[in-house]
This record gives sequence, C-alpha cells and structure tokens, in this order.
Amino acid sequence: MTDLHYKSATELAELLENQEVSAVEIARALIERADEIDERLHAYLHRTDERLLDEARASDERRSAGEPRSRFDGVPTAHKDLFVTKGVPTTSGSRILEGWVPTYDSTLVERCSAAGLLLQGKLNMDEFAMGSSTENSGYGPSRNPWDTNTVPGGSSGGSAALVAAGGTPWSWGTDTGGSVRQPASLCGLVGVKPTYGLVSRYGVIAFASSLDQPGPLTRTVADAAAFLQIAGGHDPMDSTSIPQPVPDYLGAIEGGIEGLRIGVVKEFEEAEGTEPGVKARVAEAYRRLEKLGAELVEVSLPSFEFGISAYYLVAPAECSSNLARYDAVRYGSRVDGPDVVSMMSRTRVEGFGDEVKRRIMLGTYALSAGYYDAYYGKAQRVRTLTIRDLERVFADVDLIATPTSPSTAFEFGAKTADPLSMYLNDVFTVPVNLAGNAAISVPCGTSPDNGLPVGLQLIAKALDETTMFRAAYAFEQDLGWAGSDEGRPSL
Amino acid sequence: MSATKEDLFETTCGLEIHVELATASKMFCGCRVDFGGEPNTRTCPVCLGLPGSLPVANEKAVEYTMKIGLALNCKIADYSLFHRKNYFYPDMPKNYQISQYDLPLCYAGHVEIAGDWGTTTVGITRVHLEEDTGKSIHVGGSGRIHDSTYSLEDFNRAGTPLVEIVSEPDIHSAAEARAFVSELRMLLEGLGVSDVRMEEGSLRIDANISVRRKGETEHGTKVEVKNMNSVRSVGRALEYEERRQREALEAGELLVQETRHFDEKSSTTSPGRTKEGSSDYRYFPEPDLVPFEPSAEWIERVASSLGETPTQRRARFASEYGLGAADIDVLTATSATADWFEAAARAYGGDSKKVANWIMADLFGLLNEASIELSQSKIAPEQLAGLVKLVDGKSISGKQAKAVLAEMFAGGKDAAVIAKEKGLEQISDAGALETVVEEVIAENAEAADKVRAGNLGTIGFLVGQVMKKSGGQANPGLVNELLRKKLT
Repeated sequence: MTDLHYKSATELAELLENQEVSAVEIARALIERADEIDERLHAYLHRTDERLLDEARASDERRSAGEPRSRFDGVPTAHKDLFVTKGVPTTSGSRILEGWVPTYDSTLVERCSAAGLLLQGKLNMDEFAMGSSTENSGYGPSRNPWDTNTVPGGSSGGSAALVAAGGTPWSWGTDTGGSVRQPASLCGLVGVKPTYGLVSRYGVIAFASSLDQPGPLTRTVADAAAFLQIAGGHDPMDSTSIPQPVPDYLGAIEGGIEGLRIGVVKEFEEAEGTEPGVKARVAEAYRRLEKLGAELVEVSLPSFEFGISAYYLVAPAECSSNLARYDAVRYGSRVDGPDVVSMMSRTRVEGFGDEVKRRIMLGTYALSAGYYDAYYGKAQRVRTLTIRDLERVFADVDLIATPTSPSTAFEFGAKTADPLSMYLNDVFTVPVNLAGNAAISVPCGTSPDNGLPVGLQLIAKALDETTMFRAAYAFEQDLGWAGSDEGRPSL
Repeated sequence: MSATKEDLFETTCGLEIHVELATASKMFCGCRVDFGGEPNTRTCPVCLGLPGSLPVANEKAVEYTMKIGLALNCKIADYSLFHRKNYFYPDMPKNYQISQYDLPLCYAGHVEIAGDWGTTTVGITRVHLEEDTGKSIHVGGSGRIHDSTYSLEDFNRAGTPLVEIVSEPDIHSAAEARAFVSELRMLLEGLGVSDVRMEEGSLRIDANISVRRKGETEHGTKVEVKNMNSVRSVGRALEYEERRQREALEAGELLVQETRHFDEKSSTTSPGRTKEGSSDYRYFPEPDLVPFEPSAEWIERVASSLGETPTQRRARFASEYGLGAADIDVLTATSATADWFEAAARAYGGDSKKVANWIMADLFGLLNEASIELSQSKIAPEQLAGLVKLVDGKSISGKQAKAVLAEMFAGGKDAAVIAKEKGLEQISDAGALETVVEEVIAENAEAADKVRAGNLGTIGFLVGQVMKKSGGQANPGLVNELLRKKLT
C-alpha cells in the first residue's frame, strides 16, 4: 500500500475494517516514515517502536477475533510529551524531568488505549508548554515541514510537525493560550481547543491549571471530531471536568452552515501586526463562509486589548505554584548541594530554561503579599470581562471567525530575543482560554507572501463543539485544500 | 508566681489546633488513612504530588469539618473554597499545601469552658480544612533539618485530612488553656470525627501568647509557640512563657515577635530558626478544585446528627443522675466512659450513684492494674448493673461482690453465674434458714436466754453461729431478723 502515512485516521480505520491493511503494516509504514523525516524535524522526544509493533500485533488479533475495541482499533498516534504515560519517559520538554519514568497513565492515554489506538511515542514541545515555537524545549526545537528554516509553532510544535509531515494521522496537544491552534495554523492543520473541562486534565503535566485543555491536531476536521469523541467526557479524577456525555459530533458534522450567524471581531481586524498575507487569506475565508450561506456580522470585544496582559499574570501565577514540585526530592534530575535548600535551588537553576524561569518569577511576584489585588486579582477581573464580552456577542451570533495567528511560520530566533513579540503571536487565541470557550483552527490555504499555511479560527459557545465542527467541516470540504497535494508540505 | 506580679500583668493567649480526621481515605485521593505501615506504602500519584496528578475533595472530610464547626457554634459558609499555600519543604510533595484562606468552611463560633476560676467563653475565629504533610526524619546533627546529614521522607501521612481550629485570644491562664484543649478533645472524640490520639500527633497545638501590664489597651508582643501535643504541655508552655515574658517586661527588656519551639523534656521554649523576613505564602484559589456551596439541607442533616456537647452532657449528668462535679469530671473524661456509665445506669434503673461508685472505685482499679481501656475490658455495662442488683437483693455481700467483679473482669461472665459457681450466693430464703436458726437456738440455749432477757448484744454471737453452720451462705441480715423474731 503506497502513501499510507498521509491517510487520515478515518481512512485508516476503513482500510483496517475492510482488511485492506493490517495494523502491523500501518505501524511499519509510520516507523519507516519517522526514520525518513525525524532527523530533519525533531518531532519526537521518545519513540516507542517496539511497543508500537507489539500493540499492532495485538490489535490485528483483536480484529481477526472480531473484537476490535473501537472502529479506530489499530490506528497509531503519538502524544505531546506532557501526557503522563506509564513506563514511557515523560519530560514535558524539560531537563528537570529527564529520566522520570511515570508509574501511571493519564486519563487521555488510558482512553486512547481503551479505543485500541497504538502508541508511536512522545513528541517535542516548548518546556512545560511555555512558548509558541518549540524553541523553549529543553531538548532542542522541532522544525516546520513546510520550511525547515521556520518554527512549527508551539507549544505543541512536535505534534504539529509530525502530523503535517505524515508521521502520524493525529496527535494530542494541549492549548493554554493557543498551543494547539497556533501550531495547527503554522503547519496547515486542524487544531481544536475544546471547552474547558471537556477533556480530562488528569495526568496532563500542568502549566496553568485554569487555562490548560488538551486538544487534537489532525489533518481533517472529521478526524478532530472523532479524536475528541474518543478522549473527551467526564472524568471523576478531574474535579474541573464537566459531568456531561460527549455529543455525537460526527453524526451532525455534515449539517452545513446555511443560516449560521458568524461574528467578525472589529478589534481583531483592526489589530496591528497581522501579516498582509494572513489578512488576505482570512478575508477570503470570510467570503467563503458567506458563500456557503452564513451571515457575517461585525461584533465588538472591547476587553480584547487586555487579554494578553491578563493571560501573562494568570498563567505565570499558576505555573509558579504548579512547578514548585520540581525540587529534586522525589523524581526527575537532581543537582546535589551541601543542604536541602541548595539542592533544590541548584536543581531548579540548571533544570529549568530561561522562559520557564521568567514566568516563575513573574508569577511569584504577581502573587506576593501586597501585589495580589493589583495583579492576579485584576487579571481575574479582566477574565470576567472577557467572559461577559463573549456571552454578549454569543447572544447574537453562533460563531466568531478570526485569524488564528497574526503570522505564518517564522524563522528560528526571529522572536526569541523579544518575548513580548512571541507572546503577541497568541493575541487571537488567548481570549478563548481566558473565557473557557471552544475554538478550532482550520487551514485556509497558504499566504501569497511566502507560501506558508494560514489558519482560520472559529470560536464557539462553551460546549457547542457540534456547531463548531459543522462549520469547520463545511469550510474544509468547500476549500478542498486538506488532503490535496497543495495541502501537503513537500518535505 | 507571686500575687503582686499577677496583679500587675495580664496574659492573652489564642490557640490554633490541628486535628487529623479519622476518615477512611485521604483528603484528595483514595489512599487509606491509618497510622503506621511501611514508609511510603500508603501513597499514590496524587498524594505524592507526581506531575499531572489532580486532587478530588473528600466529601466525608468536608462533612466532618462542618460537624466540628456546628458543635463549636460556628456559622457554615454558604460559599467556600480551597486555596494554595505556597512554601518549599521536602515533606510537602507539591511544595504547596491545599488549605483554606479567606473563605473558611466554618467561622464565628464559641465554646464555653468551666473550672476553678468560673466560666469563660472562648471565641472560635474559624474552622477550616486542609491536607497534612508527610513526615521527615532528619538524621545526624540535632535532629532538625538545618544541621542534619540527610533526611528520610515518609509520605504515608501526606494528604491526611487536617482540620485547623483557630480560637480568639480569649484565654488568660494556663488553667483556661488546659480546659479549652481538653474540652475540644472530648468534643472531637464525642463527634467521632477523630481518634484524638495526641501522642501520635492526631491533635497538634500552636499557641500565640502575649503579656501586657494591666490596664494597657494594646496587646503585648506576640510569641508563637509550636510543637505541643498534650493538654499538659499546653499548660506548661503557657506557664513558662508567662513567666519569661513577665520577667522580661519587669526587667524593662523588649520582647521580640518570634516563633518558639516547646521542648517536652525541659518544659521550656526556645527561639525557632530565624526566618529571613516574614514568610509570604502567596495564597491563591486552588484552580484544580471547584468552590463548594453546602446546601441548607446538608447543613441541617449534619446539625441533626450532632449529639450532646461535653458541656451539655456534664450538665445532664448533674441533673439526671445527681452526680457531683468531681464524679462528673471522672465519668465524662472520655465520651466512651460516659457512654459506658450511662448504659450501666440505664440497665440498673436504681440510684445511679451506686453504679458510678462501682465504676470509679472498683472497675477503674482493675483497669489500671491491667493497663487497659474501658473499651477493651470484658465486662459489659449491663453486667455491672447485674452485679449491683445482686448486692441490693442481698444475694451476695458487698465484700463478695468485689471478688465477683474481679472474676467478671477476668472472664466476662455474668455476676449471678459466678456467684452460683462459687457457691457464694446467700441463703435468703427464710424457710430454708429457719431450720438452721432453730438448730442454733437449741444448741446455744444459754446465749439464747441472754437475748430473751434483753441482752441484744449476744445476738451477734448467734448470727455468727448460723453463718458458720450455713457455710457462710446465709444472708446475715435475714438471720438477724429471724433470731430477733424468735427470741424477742
């Protein structure tokens, strides 16, 4: 079977069901693909080839016994390296967790296994999910298969690079401020930030607990919907998980967008710093949505200008506390010292990268006595404003359409010297995390400026993933880019 | 302390008491709560703070906290949440403690304590819920972390639900402090929310103590004394600090606000390791947990499950059983003892003081000798009541009853069974005794005549003869009665 590695998960499931291919054949093809591309991409932090083949054989046995665990039994996947995986090194992209082999599985890993998915390995990311380019990984950056001189985005950059290069049909990332949607946009993929609480965070190494949400990166909208259906839903191990069943997204995905009201945000369109090529492609996308029967209306989100500021108080505050546990006492790397305090501090000085240290310091400062109200307290009030803004807008529209990222993939080092310019790459995605809503990034072609992919973001009401997938699917089908030669990097 | 010094100064003290709850599982995970066990065997990803793990609040622990709050006359918050208290310590797995901050579950309560000085109402500022840390064993040096060679960490205790009770500074003497702690101890035991084993650290006490000259309106410089785990050491620490601070003030020295460590052996306090600056715990709402709003129905259900408070019980022991203060103190020292007494008194039905005396004078002696608790003894309250009834019915004498009690204590048999087995039972059947009495009168005609002549002193001799003849089994009172009937 030729070109197995660019088949979508849905296509692979069909081939498996029709016995046109075995799980072992798929696994071998993807191992071969990894050998072929990963030296250039550095998407993997850890490959589990042997386990993959073992699981593939077991899956084929289940199929021949007529007992597949789900229709996706035998389809491989690889996870961002912050999903805790029993027996497989898990680092969250940090040197401080080097050598840690978890003793338990995250809920998400468990649910993927329960559906019969095969594990290919763990993927590169910005350290503790802090970054937009994977340049903050403690193990070196990943590269964008569209142009290996550019970043794949981040923090789920390893996932995006591997999916875009046909190294896996799908991968789970996490999105705290845009970490799934922005790399999806930069690599020409579909990326989803589900409603906060839809996918369990149990076993997801925390960056900012109130913002973190696992999300799928895929090459098609239907695969994203299917992946969310596999791993989403209530988990008693996560107190912030929503106790509701996951709706049948796929059943409703062909509903079209005729009659939907879609808001276009005035402040986003007027924002400075969006590349002309991005503007052009996204404007085309808006026209396509209209052509497909949606009604586009201008809406206003005045709290938008405070989004990044609020985010860079809330996220660092939570991370300063979440990352306190990396103290060399119980696991991970250790740098010894004459006493316990020096051991802890030397380990943290050597184990954490600059961006992580910057955010720990920002967060520690923001939570300090006397500053709490001025910083963390005020940021939480901005969050409330953002929620109210979105509620007001969603009283009138079904979806909001925006560019996903103001830029296409940028070159290595372009933004590392100026953290703020890096932070602004998330300007359109961050408000969604602050409010907790669902959003998706779908490819809308490549930029006329540089031929690199551009993403369209569709924001939905909380728990209205159904409408979000329906619209994204209609758009994707009409554009015809995904799955075409044009929609594939020539790596 | 001389009377003049007492007149010049005034002590102010507030207590913070940590109570480990006796829930089946830990505060935020399913691990078993239990003492002992090989180190690090009662742990899981959550209580070890492994990357990715998340807490889920134990509902029973929330309920127990409400129970304590309601028993201390607190208000229950209609909206409460957990905060993170951030600081680094090797036995704290996440380097933050999930605790409560400005929205504790229970607040604004009070408890009454009584003693030689009269009665005092101690305000309860708050009752909140948090998680316990692991245990460190520092090897080498003085046994404290700063000069040890290495430290061992056991996380079995990490995550045990811990309730913190904070009192207002309403305590003014060591006696009041002792009374407050023992009142709390009894209350917690009675509620069944903690096993209050103080020596095992399930109740730990910190005290804020200051002394000022009488008449001053500002409080004196506050010293926080840590590491007390018994009623006695709280009293001793307070007495020591009172003396130290008074002497310093008299000598015109300035007191420093500091944390001091109580040493059990010497009954003194010493300055703790000085901290650089004041600690900033960077409290913020725990984002991994959702706020909770206890419903009115839930609070009502918990409130109606509360039994009597120790104070109420003591009052009832006086009115219902007519017991004196000293007896009440002994019988209500633990709620298990009080329950035992009440069960025995109920089964007996007569004058409860008799039951109380048997418990305090005789049963406690046996328990002491055997070094066991009342709950471990083989005697049931109903059995003690049976023994007292046998004495009342004159089936056995008081002296015999003590011997019977000792057997009951050893073997758990009923008093009547033991009395029968040992042939101790008195012959209280007038018909059966009459023959023996007549025989004795016939055999001792001279003595009988003396009695007939009005010399009643000789009747004792005849009673003795009947007793002898009956093998000691005759009821002496009844014998006396029969003799008088026949001879006078």
